[in-house]
Amino acid sequence: MILSLALEQLLNGLQLGVMLFLMAAGLTLIFGVMGLINLAHGSLYMVGAFACAVVAAATGSFWIGLAASLVCAAAAGAIVEFLVIRRLYDRDHLDQVLATFALILIFSEGARWVFGSFPLYLDIPPLLSGAVPLPGIEAYPLYRLAIIGVGALVAFGLYLLISKTRLGMRIRAGESDREMIAALGVDIRTLYTVVFALGSALAGLAGALVGALQSVQVGMGEPVLILAFVVIVIGGIGSIKGALVGALIVGLTDTLGRFLLPSLLGLILPASTAGAVGASLAAMLIYIVMALVLAFRPRGLFPANA
Amino acid sequence: MWKFPRNCEMGRKKLVRTQNAGGHKTMEQSNQREHAMKTFLSAATLTLSLSVSSLAVAEPIKIGLITTLSGGGAGLGVDTRDGFMLAIKQSGNKDITVITEDDAQKPELAVQIADKMIQSDQVDILTGIVWSNLLMAVAPSANAQGKFYVSTNAAPAALAGAKCNPLYFNAAYQNDNLHEAMGEYANKDYKKIFIMAPNYPAGKDSLTGFKRYYKGELAAEVYTKVGQADYAAEIAQIRASGADAVFAFLPGGMGISFMKQYAQSGVKTPIMGPGFSFSQDVLPAIGDAALGVKASGQWVKDLDNEANKKFVPAFQKEYGRLPSLYAVQAYDAAQLILSAASKASVKDTKAFGEAMQAADIQSPRGKFKFNTNLHPIQDIYVTEVVKEDGLLTNKTVSKIFTDHGDAYAKDCKM
Repeated sequence: MILSLALEQLLNGLQLGVMLFLMAAGLTLIFGVMGLINLAHGSLYMVGAFACAVVAAATGSFWIGLAASLVCAAAAGAIVEFLVIRRLYDRDHLDQVLATFALILIFSEGARWVFGSFPLYLDIPPLLSGAVPLPGIEAYPLYRLAIIGVGALVAFGLYLLISKTRLGMRIRAGESDREMIAALGVDIRTLYTVVFALGSALAGLAGALVGALQSVQVGMGEPVLILAFVVIVIGGIGSIKGALVGALIVGLTDTLGRFLLPSLLGLILPASTAGAVGASLAAMLIYIVMALVLAFRPRGLFPANA
Repeated sequence: MWKFPRNCEMGRKKLVRTQNAGGHKTMEQSNQREHAMKTFLSAATLTLSLSVSSLAVAEPIKIGLITTLSGGGAGLGVDTRDGFMLAIKQSGNKDITVITEDDAQKPELAVQIADKMIQSDQVDILTGIVWSNLLMAVAPSANAQGKFYVSTNAAPAALAGAKCNPLYFNAAYQNDNLHEAMGEYANKDYKKIFIMAPNYPAGKDSLTGFKRYYKGELAAEVYTKVGQADYAAEIAQIRASGADAVFAFLPGGMGISFMKQYAQSGVKTPIMGPGFSFSQDVLPAIGDAALGVKASGQWVKDLDNEANKKFVPAFQKEYGRLPSLYAVQAYDAAQLILSAASKASVKDTKAFGEAMQAADIQSPRGKFKFNTNLHPIQDIYVTEVVKEDGLLTNKTVSKIFTDHGDAYAKDCKM
């Protein structure tokens, strides 16, 4: 029973990590290539979730909704890049933070204006609903397994894209020296739009996948955005590999902390106090991990351009 | 260098927005004046008409409604505002001005708004806050400045006992009440319960309330993060705990996430909770996963009384959706203020307070009266989530408490 619980919690941590990776990969890619801090990444996650919920409600199919979430988030990303972000590359990070923070407000209030303040309904597709037994675990939700699978596929796909394709070569070149690749005749503006749209599509995918598990509502992106920033700071800003490792560390730390700390404290404190104190400590745990990583590796675990 | 003027522009826009919020109120005032003008059209001069009007109508009352209209908790605030405004509208009372502002569920913002409403708008009554932590930041200081606070939802234990105040009324309940009801209900069928709530004042009040009446064994007592969206770790614990039921207090988006994930987890342990975990604002988003869940409420949509039979269709007609608990509580808060306004001047706080305490209203809850600590004494019901004409809603199962007060009233000396 204890082993089964521990295994299940490990899978839960893995699943949270994978979901965070989808968010953090886009965020870190955009920072690595364009040097842009994009606070509005959480809004693109929300766009993905809303697009999936609305299209799934209209067509009755989660899968069409999922496709729509990719398209809508990528399109929203491209439009935002074209209208706003493009003017920010040469400015310092404070201007970028201000402008993308304004975008959060615009996206949130825009979504409220169109869809109202009440959460939307989005359910798991019948194909993936229910739980399946796994070796050592009584039952585990199929949908969470699917999220882990999608995350692994995306990580592998990104690896292939960046290391094996022409676009990936340009992205790597853009990370190292943007003036030089512009001088070599690469259309850097289009490259930036493409990278931004790609990052947005990943955020939209995460939003749609998670939206089916959680509640689709205005403001759903910001808590995840904070975690995604913790992930890329731990992993090393600009590094996809760092994002993957950072996401798994944060996912496992958060899940296991929430489960283990109250039980451990329960050995020395009365149950009710242990629950409350343990929960408060667990909420701090990932930030403590981040502080520790930064104390020994100030540029994160896998710094880009190192 | 042009980034500086841009910042200025941002500031200016904000200013314009605040003026707009104020502008709304001045418009209502000018409407009033127009109304008076029409009434006394025959009067020779404007001055005369105004002086006559001030004699002829009751004293104007300004109400500051601070609630959550943006962010994840906005559904609760929107229902609060709509329920409150419905009662004001139905009364046709033109002497009451309501100024509404959004606290975005942030205590510091709520305090700023309250200060502004008291000092520059000079409101007489504050109301509308959904969350206990925000209420703790606003209500005691408003009372200290001689203003009434009528709570439409939040009811922390701290303000029900020794720190009760003759200017602080609660039209909803005391935080513990609905949890106490579930504790009492659980005694009937269950021996080992897994209890869970978010780690904030109302969450702790919740589990305290549940344990006050529940006699059986606890499988575990778990506190989650406020605003938590993923409950995989907690669901795994429920699976391993061997509990025969789960009691969860997770209002708003938290409840939606938990219920959807729980339905997928393959864990079959029955779930119950206080009414707000399964209130009308979240049921459509949870979907069929909520069917059969038992909850408690001091109001249910199908309660058989005259006021409720009028209230539910009126709310549906006005806003095109079913009302939630929050809407009813705010509706009654507005009714209490209206009833007191017809009997006393709000400037005479003693008389106005006594008039409000008399609770001379027709509540959709049926019976409603105030305890000595100005929190309600009312009946509490157990409900079940059912599907009616394709819509998920709550249905009354049984009455669990009759004329239920709260455990803190005995500490209140006024």
